[in-house]
Amino acid sequence: MIQIPSNVSLLRKLLVSFIANEVEKVGLNRVVVGLSGGVDSSLSALLAAEALGPEHVLGILMPYKTSSPESLAHAELVARQSTIESMTIDITPQIDAYFERFPDADQRRRGNKMARERMTILYDHSARWNALVLGTSNKTELLLGYGTLHGDMASAINPLGDLYKTQVWALAEAVGVPEPIVTKKPSADLWAGQTDESELGFSYREVDRLLYLMVDERRSRAELLAAGFADKLIDDVMQRIMNSQFKRRLPVIAKVSHRTIDRDFRYARDWGK
Amino acid sequence: MKVGIAQINPKLGDLRSNLDLYEDKVRHAAKQGLDLLLFPELSLTGYFLRDMVPSVALKLSSPEITSLKKLSREVAFVAGLVEESPDYRFYNAAVYFDAGEIVHVHRKVYLPTYGMFDEQRYFARGDRVRAFNTRKGRFALLICEDLWHPSTIYLAALDGALAILCPSSSPLRGITEGQAQDDNARYWEMINRMYAETFGLFMIYGNRVGFEDGVGFWGGSEVVDPFGERLVKARYYEDDFIVGEIGLETVRRKRSMAPLLRDEDLDLTINELVRIRERPAVAETKARMQGSRVEGLKGLKRKKSKRARLRKRK
Repeated sequence: MIQIPSNVSLLRKLLVSFIANEVEKVGLNRVVVGLSGGVDSSLSALLAAEALGPEHVLGILMPYKTSSPESLAHAELVARQSTIESMTIDITPQIDAYFERFPDADQRRRGNKMARERMTILYDHSARWNALVLGTSNKTELLLGYGTLHGDMASAINPLGDLYKTQVWALAEAVGVPEPIVTKKPSADLWAGQTDESELGFSYREVDRLLYLMVDERRSRAELLAAGFADKLIDDVMQRIMNSQFKRRLPVIAKVSHRTIDRDFRYARDWGK
Repeated sequence: MKVGIAQINPKLGDLRSNLDLYEDKVRHAAKQGLDLLLFPELSLTGYFLRDMVPSVALKLSSPEITSLKKLSREVAFVAGLVEESPDYRFYNAAVYFDAGEIVHVHRKVYLPTYGMFDEQRYFARGDRVRAFNTRKGRFALLICEDLWHPSTIYLAALDGALAILCPSSSPLRGITEGQAQDDNARYWEMINRMYAETFGLFMIYGNRVGFEDGVGFWGGSEVVDPFGERLVKARYYEDDFIVGEIGLETVRRKRSMAPLLRDEDLDLTINELVRIRERPAVAETKARMQGSRVEGLKGLKRKKSKRARLRKRK
């Protein structure tokens, strides 16, 4: 049985330390995070509360009129339980105002617009409150490209970006994310009935095992087939990773000078810190 | 001899702030009556410097180095910094300061340039491994990745080092269940112990803590004695300051029981290395074995080994 390493007690310690270090070194002590009611944002928020104190974490709930009531209830539950600061901003007016002009926009466009609207709210509040935007994207969705560029993928620091969904679940349980949030079917909740796994066409647990072998352990195709993964799944996943690489890079800049940003102009984000 | 290890979290690219931190720790060591203080690799500059390397590099004649020399009048210490040579090469270096002077400089030989590492892009390689004499004994300095090549410690031990000072900036990675520390930390602990026992010497391992761009450093500094016993261990992932008592008579006892170094056959090693080095190109060997000719090697004659040529001349 393929085991993805999940030393939850060590992970908790490291990620809490990471948040404290990377926030404090830029001279701040607060973060804002979008609370969707899902397991990723719940986990992120709880880790931040542990790192900085709950009074230094602001969870913003941003429902749209078609968001499931359960999502909102779960987000409120997390906020209450963790005693972090929270506020609710309904994004329906601004989204609907925009699409009044483009009524034939499809589900995907509407979903992306909502994700980006949420991002702009988080960044506005990070300026308002002197905080950093805390990320919630996990390694599975980052590798598969299952996230909105400049939407939910945008943040200043992201404690979950190197954890597969499977590991997020394990850590969430250990850190005390409420059980119904950990066990429910993951959903971006951008339209009614949407679930990640039906959209992707495979389960997280299965794809995580494949990704762990393929990416972390650099296994060859032959080894993956021998491990029991279907040809078609391997192809599908490899395609998704390759085709989503643009989401994991800065925009492509035409190099014309002798020194180009991010190519020969290379500095750490923690420059001077 | 009392050796301290300052397990610190330096500021990336901020020489001034790190120099102040050094001063602080050296004064603390002096107050505690220590004989030597070890700082981690590149702790004067931070580790993931990238294009910052030239801006934090120090010539050995610089005022900052002069101030460190002065500081060493209080306690001997090993600094981790970027050395700028007179011809403008930059080295990942460790400098042993004592009594107002530079006793020894080690330039990191093995520069990791794979995975998350990019050292060879910015640094020149060191070209030697030497043991050196100090007031307290004969030591060697090896930096981090140097110790992932057993050859370096082998050379240092044969050159007479009784303790290896190892400044490190080792990033944490690997979260296998059931462990108190990450996989990389465990690997280091294994090799520190193995080297100490195999070569019958002290391993004085100093690592840093903190994060740079999300990469954390695992701390866990330690002193291991020639019997593989861990004398002192620093916290994982947190700032710390530890002190170990090094008694060279322990080396004597160990080597009396198991004189492995004494029995090491240097000539055999040298001969075999020379033989392996002079081995003909792989492609040519394959071709000869297959009885065919390889494109581009047509007409290439096997160069006689130096020994064979000398023999012929005789």
